[in-house]
Formats: sequence, structure tokens, C-alpha cells
Amino acid sequence: MGNLIPFWFIVIAVLWTGFFVLEGFDFGVGMLHGAVGQDDAGRRAAINTIGPLWDGNEVWLIVAGAAMFAAFPGWYATMFSGLYLALALLLASLIIRGVAFEYRGKHDAARWRHTWDGLLTAGSLLAPLLIGVGLGDLLHGLPIDSSQNYTGSFWDLLQPYGLFTGVTLVLVCALHGATYLCLKTTGTMRESSWLLARRVAPAAGAFVIGFIIWTHVTAGRGFFLNLIELLAILAVLAAGWLVYEHRDGFAFAATTVTIASCIVSIFVDLYPNVMVSSTSPAYNLTVHNTASAPYSLKAMTVVVIIFLPLVLAYQAWTYYVFRRRVSRDQFVQGPPPTVPPQAAGPPSPVPGAPEPTVTPPGRSPA
Amino acid sequence: MQLDLARIQFAFTTINHFFFVPVTIGLAFLTALLQTAWHRSGRDEYLRLTRFFGTLLVINIAIGVVTGLVQEFEFGMNWGAWSRLVGNIFGAPLAMEGLAAFFLESTFLGLWLFGWGRLPRRVHLLTIWAVSAGSLLSAAFILAANSWMQHPVGYTMVNGKPVLNDIWAVFTNPVFVWGYAKVVLASLTTGAVVMLAVSAWQLRHGGDRGVFTRSARLALVVLVPAILFTMLVGDELGVIEARYQPMKIAAAEAQWTTCQPCSFSLFQIGGGNNDQTPTQIIAIPHLLSLLATNSWNGKVVGMTPLQQQYSKQYGPGNYVPNVFIQYWGMRVMAYLAVLVLLIGLWGLWLVRRRAVATSRVFLWVAVWGAVLPFLMNTAGWFLTESGRQPWIVQGIMLTKNGISPTVSVTWLWTSLIGFILLYGTLGTVDLLLMLRYSRKQLPAPRAGADVDTPLPAVQY
Ligand code: HDD
Ligand code: HEM
Ligand code: HEM
Repeated sequence: MGNLIPFWFIVIAVLWTGFFVLEGFDFGVGMLHGAVGQDDAGRRAAINTIGPLWDGNEVWLIVAGAAMFAAFPGWYATMFSGLYLALALLLASLIIRGVAFEYRGKHDAARWRHTWDGLLTAGSLLAPLLIGVGLGDLLHGLPIDSSQNYTGSFWDLLQPYGLFTGVTLVLVCALHGATYLCLKTTGTMRESSWLLARRVAPAAGAFVIGFIIWTHVTAGRGFFLNLIELLAILAVLAAGWLVYEHRDGFAFAATTVTIASCIVSIFVDLYPNVMVSSTSPAYNLTVHNTASAPYSLKAMTVVVIIFLPLVLAYQAWTYYVFRRRVSRDQFVQGPPPTVPPQAAGPPSPVPGAPEPTVTPPGRSPA
Repeated sequence: MQLDLARIQFAFTTINHFFFVPVTIGLAFLTALLQTAWHRSGRDEYLRLTRFFGTLLVINIAIGVVTGLVQEFEFGMNWGAWSRLVGNIFGAPLAMEGLAAFFLESTFLGLWLFGWGRLPRRVHLLTIWAVSAGSLLSAAFILAANSWMQHPVGYTMVNGKPVLNDIWAVFTNPVFVWGYAKVVLASLTTGAVVMLAVSAWQLRHGGDRGVFTRSARLALVVLVPAILFTMLVGDELGVIEARYQPMKIAAAEAQWTTCQPCSFSLFQIGGGNNDQTPTQIIAIPHLLSLLATNSWNGKVVGMTPLQQQYSKQYGPGNYVPNVFIQYWGMRVMAYLAVLVLLIGLWGLWLVRRRAVATSRVFLWVAVWGAVLPFLMNTAGWFLTESGRQPWIVQGIMLTKNGISPTVSVTWLWTSLIGFILLYGTLGTVDLLLMLRYSRKQLPAPRAGADVDTPLPAVQY
């Protein structure tokens, strides 16, 4: 068996990319759900476009982290302890966001929903921002000493390049979410998603181009852009054009390519380093000085080769099952049932529907 | 200070995670049983129960998932030196857990939740079983990792660093095999107790009798064998512990000197690390020998000789864990287990007499019984984790050497306070929602003519 270290670097890049491609539009929907859905029914519809999917998408992040732990323990240890406070904040935003999905509909009061909507938006915006700052820091360099320990303060994490990366990811996620909503909603919601996409596209385009050039310069890889970097720029331009042309399907494909190639660029420009040390290039963390034992990598390889395709298959199937558009009309509240559900007679608009305040009686989407 | 804060933070966040985990594992399995019953019999009661308890399950999983996320990051954030040292072994099951279990669980939960009426019935039934399988698998992988810390196997030391050379050994570690059985059974117990408590509350407060008697019965039928086997496996774990972590079992009986045969004290006054002669109340002869060695006259080595042995083997230091926690951790588990078993037997007896739904005393006890499994679970983990001290990996790394060396006290305080506030708030909200929801009326029965119309999906 050949050398598995580069293979595992690729696996980790793939996991991060998968995370951003999938959770990217979840973040986008979270950021935009208030703007797209003007009333409660609309917001609800927006959230339900990702309802069955977001949890499975978030697992990509968990697996990316765990794979780093297993394949490059040194990288995992330095990155997670170095980015300590940023990650604590990230956890807080992911927690709040995850709970918001579940809880906003569980209590029927406008203020309750409003609060969770606000938290959902904030969490969805903060998460890509913080991850972007972190990924940017890997490439830009952090104060790291000879024993691979981070020696800086919290403020050392906030470098212009990292922040720029974060903002770029937020914008790309917003665009990705908007094109996703164009595909998954109907009527006026679809139109307002399209308007939003049009509004975000120029900024996203400008930031992606800036980000790619800055990344290229930071990595110091000669004059010409590599293929992935070029692809990112082309994709974001194509996305902008397709959005203006209202070609929803293709626009979503283009934002997918954009977000994927942005993330892949970071990893391509990083290799063979995994974290650059701004203290001394001799202290850089590389795939080699952080890698796990060969036997562990071998065992993990068997597992990933079996399970990753399986995961892709059933996640793809999920997307197929939930391919239909979600309409705002499904979420308009019917008249509150006046008879308790136990009483005789037609108890609620939909027989068998769960308790109305928990889940609104709506026409079955099926 | 750094060490203490990191330990408190880990203890606080895992204990919280483990409030939700056993409920998920247990309730997912029970909900799958309910849906299977509906599938087989076509009886509307089972459908209503499936949806009712399914919603409780979902509220619970939401918090289980986000608290789990914290655990995953915390290894690197707080225990950097340890991550660096053991990543090549400990990381493997953790990554497998994500790939094989979390993806399965969360994807199929989405399918189940939103798939009512969209998926063919048979496929939809399979999705809830996939959720249950995912939660059982995730427990398997994480426990394999945890058991390796209790009893490291399948590795060689290379330059002072453990390096994995046999992954199979990690998954056949006796500590893992028995520990896993224990956790699965304890989770079934937890799920069954929760289901029983909710049903009992409903029966006391005018919920539909025909329906909730059924769920109470199902819960009881699962509960009694589950708790019995939990106790039997717990007994076997004592033997495993005596073999691989003798200090733990000695501390659990506050046994400073070696004894043979050894008795088990029901209570003691005093005790702890600075009091080697507590007043023991009611000592049952031979019971500790049985528990720790499976033989009537087995020998249990005391803490003092073990301390001497370890000082020689690993260098000077204090190798005695917190005796107070060990002693009471064991007893809380064992005594409450007997209590739960009695409640279960009482319930079964009432079921036979067709009186569960009407015995108000039993229903009251069953409602409050919901607290017990959480106490037992927490006590059990305290016994396991605190008893491993001062080691983070038994015999290989001391806890004090495992922390992230450059994470400052300020950062640790900030995140600790943040987590406490966040968990406190969310925990309260979650509990209130669960309680509110448990007290709701059931979803309405479906009129005969409508049985063929698709069920609406659950929505956010
Ligand atoms: C409903 C829950 C429950 C019940 C009724 C019991 N336990 Fe327990 N016990 C657990 C829940 C638990 C647990 C939380 O699941 C633990 C923690 C770690 C583990 O693997 O399982 C555990 C661990 C655990 C350990 C430590 C294993 C180790 O250190 O690796 C021992 C020795 C026992 N138990 C013994 C018992 C005995 C003798 C019991 C009753 C006669 C008993 N348990 C009932
Ligand atoms: C199964 C996976 C688990 C792993 C890998 C794990 C690992 C750890 C680690 C690394 C520490 C900190 C170092 C130390 O104090 O030794 C710790 C401490 C602790 N854990 Fe766990 N843990 C697990 C599960 C749990 C669960 C489910 C609970 C409780 C419900 C728990 C309770 C505790 C407690 C109370 C401590 C503090 C012990 C002390 O410092 O005295 N653990 N565990
Ligand atoms: C301390 C170590 C632990 C870590 C790092 C950890 C990690 C995680 C993570 C990341 C999740 C979220 C998965 C998702 O998004 O679907 C999770 C959930 C879960 N964990 Fe843990 N966990 C730990 C302890 C445990 C223990 C001791 C068990 C069981 C014995 C367990 C069983 C589960 C289960 C069944 C879930 C599914 C969701 C739920 O329970 O609500 N975990 N855990």
C-alpha cells in the first residue's frame, strides 16, 4: 500500500468541502429566511426547505473534525487548542442555531418565534464567518512554537486575511442559500429569493475574486493562478450571470462549484503544510510532522472507502425524496380547532395530524 | 487551575450530553417498536403513540446533537497534549462513529420525521429502525474509545508514544464489550422509565386510557428485563474492573487494606481520602468478593498496597482516586436499581390485574420515578471516570499532562461560564418544552374513512 498521508489530506479537504457545499446553503437559508419569508408562514416555509436535511449536513463538520483527530492528531491538537475562543463561539452559534430549528415551532407565540428567528439568523451568519477566520489562519500563519503549540493571544487570530476569508464565506453561503431557495420555493417567495440572489451576487463575486487573489499571494505560489483558483473565479462569474438570467438550476450548480472551489483552493494552497507558523517556517505543521501512525491510517482508509460512498448514496436519496418545492400555503394557519381533538366529529382539518400547536395543520405536501 | 477548569468543563459538558443520550437510545428503540406494532396490527392507537413519543424523541435529540458537537471539539480544545499522544488510536473509533453512525442517525431522522406520507409505509418503518441502529452504533464506537482509556489494548510503545497495531483488539476489549452491554441496557431502562412516566402522567390527568395503558404496558415489559440485565452486567463489570483497574474497585468499597473474603458495607459514615477508618453500617459478608471476583472467597487488594505498587512502578505520586465519589457512585447505582426494579415489578403485577390505569399511587410513583435513571447514569459515569484518576489514559498518561499547555485560565473560565449559561438556559427551555408536550392531548384518532389518506409530515 502506498503512502496514505496525502490521501488523508485529500479526504479531509473533501470532508470540509462537502460540509460547505451542503451546510453552506443551510447557513444561507438561515441568514435569509427572515428576508425571504415576509410573514410567519413564509419563514416557516423557508426553514422547511432544509428541515429534513440540515442535521445530516452538519455531520460533515463533525466527521471532518474527527478525521483530523484520527489522521493528523498534531494538526487537530494545535488547531483546536489555538483557535480556542473562536471555536467556543462557533460551538455557541451552532448550538443556538440547531436548537432554533427545533424550538421555534414548538410554542405558539409571536415573540417566541421572533426570538428564535433572530437567533437562527445570527447563528447562521456567525458560523461561516468564524470557520472562515479559522481556515484563513491556517494558511496565513499563526504564532506557533517548536513544539507545535500556539503561543498567540485571541487577537492574533483576527488577521485581515482570515477576516476577509470569513466574510467571503458568509457572502458565498448567502448566495448559495438564495439560489437554493429559488429552487425550493414557489410564487412570491421564489421571486424574493431571486431578488435577494441578485442583490448578493455582485458582492459575493467581488469578494470571491479578492479572496482567490489574496489566497494565491499569501501562499506565494508564483504568478499564475492554478486551475482550482481559476475555476472559483469563473464559477462565481457564471453564478452571477445565471442569477441575472433567472436560470435557477444552473445558478445553483454554479454557486455549488464556487463554494467548493473556494474551499479546495485553501487546501491546495496549503499543502503540504497544514498550519503555517508565523514564528518560523521551520515550525510549520505539515502533513508529515502531524500525521498519525501508518497502521491507523490504513485501518481508517478501509472504513472511509466503505462508508463514505454509502453515506453519499443515502444522502443523495434523501435529497431525491425531498426534491419537491415547499410552498408558503402549506404553513398558513387554519382556524384553530374549537373542539378538543378527542371529541367526536371532524377534529382538525387533517385527520391524524398531530396536535395543532405543535405542528400546524396544513394540507399534506404529498 | 488550568487542570481543574478543564476537568470541570469536561465533566459538566459530558454529564449534560449523557442526560440526553440514553433517552435517545432508549426512546428511539421504543418508538420503533411502537411503529412496528402499528405496521403489523394497523391499530390506530399505536400510530398515535408513535407520533406522540416520536415528537418527544425529536425534542430530545436536538439537544443531544448539539451537546455532542461540543464534546467532539473539546478533546482538541482542552486536551491538546492528550489528543496529540493518543489521536492515532482514540481518533480512529471517533472518526468511524461519525462516518458510520452519526450520518446514519441524522439523515434517517430527517427522513423519518418529514417522510410521513411521502415514503412507502414499509420504507418509512425502516427509517426509524435506522435511527435506532445509528444511535446504538454511535454508542458502540464512543465506548470503544472510552474503554481504551480505561484499559489500553492493541498498541505498542514507540518512543514513549502508544501506537496502534491492532484495531480489532480495541473493539474486543473486555472493558468495551461489557461496558457497551451496560450502556445499552441502561439506556433501554432510561427510555422505558421515561415512557412509563409520561404514560402515567397522562393516565393520571385524563389522557386517553385505551392508548396510554398500552404504552405503559410496553414500557413495563421492556423495563423489567432491562433493569435486571443492567444489574447483572454491572456485577460483571465489577469483576472486569477488579482485573484491570483494581484501584477503582478498592476505592468503591473504601477498602484500604487487602481483604479475603471481603464484605460489602451498605452505608458508611465518614470515609473519603483522609479517613481510612469510617464507621461501616451493616456489612454483608462475602458480597464484595462476589462482586469483584465472582467467587465466594475472592481476594480484593486494598488501596494502600496498590498505592505502594504504583509508586514503585510509575514513580512517586498519589494514585488514589476520590474515594467518596467511588463509594457513593457505586451505591447510588445499586440501590436505585433495586428501587426501579421494584417499581417495574409492581407495575407488571398491576398490568396482570388490569389495574395500571387506575392505581393512582402507582402512577404517582411512576411519574416521579423518571428522575432515577438520570441519577444512576450520572453516578455510573462518575464511578468510571473519576475512578480512573489520576490517569487520563490508565498507565500511559496522567490527566495533568493531558491538557492543552497554552490555553489560558481566562479562556477556560470564559468558555466554562459560557457553556454553563448556555446549557442552563437551553436545558431549562428543553425541560419545559418536554413537560408541556408530555402533557398535551394525543393527536386525534383518524376516522375510519380516512385511514388511506396520507399522513401529513411533521414540520418545523
Ligand atoms: C440505569 C442505569 C444503571 C443501573 C441500574 C446500574 N448502572 Fe452501573 N453504570 C451505568 C448505569 C447503571 C452507566 C452509566 O451506564 C455506566 C457508566 C459507564 C458505563 O460503562 O456504564 C455504569 C458503570 C458501572 C461500573 C463501572 C464500569 C467501569 O468502571 O468501567 C460498575 C462497576 C457498575 N456500573 C456496577 C453496577 C452495579 C453493581 C449495579 C446494580 C446492581 C449497577 N451498576 C446498576
Ligand atoms: C464515552 C466517552 C467519554 C470519553 C472519551 C471521556 C473522556 C473524558 C476525559 C478526557 C476527561 C477529562 C480528563 C480526566 O478528568 O480524566 C473526562 C472526565 C470526566 N468524565 Fe468522561 N468521557 C466520556 C464519557 C463520559 C460520560 C458519558 C460522563 C458522564 C455522564 C463522563 C463523566 C466524566 C466526569 C465526571 C469527568 C471528571 C472526572 C474527574 O476529573 O475527576 N464521561 N472524561
Ligand atoms: C465524551 C465523548 C463523546 C463525544 C465526543 C460525543 C460526540 C457526539 C456528537 C458529535 C454527537 C452529535 C451527532 C449528530 O450530530 O448527529 C453525539 C450525539 C450522540 N452521542 Fe455522543 N459523544 C460522547 C459521549 C457519548 C457517549 C458516552 C455515548 C453513549 C454511550 C454517546 C452516544 C451518542 C448518541 C446516541 C448520540 C445521538 C444523538 C443523541 O443522543 O441525542 N455519546 N455525540
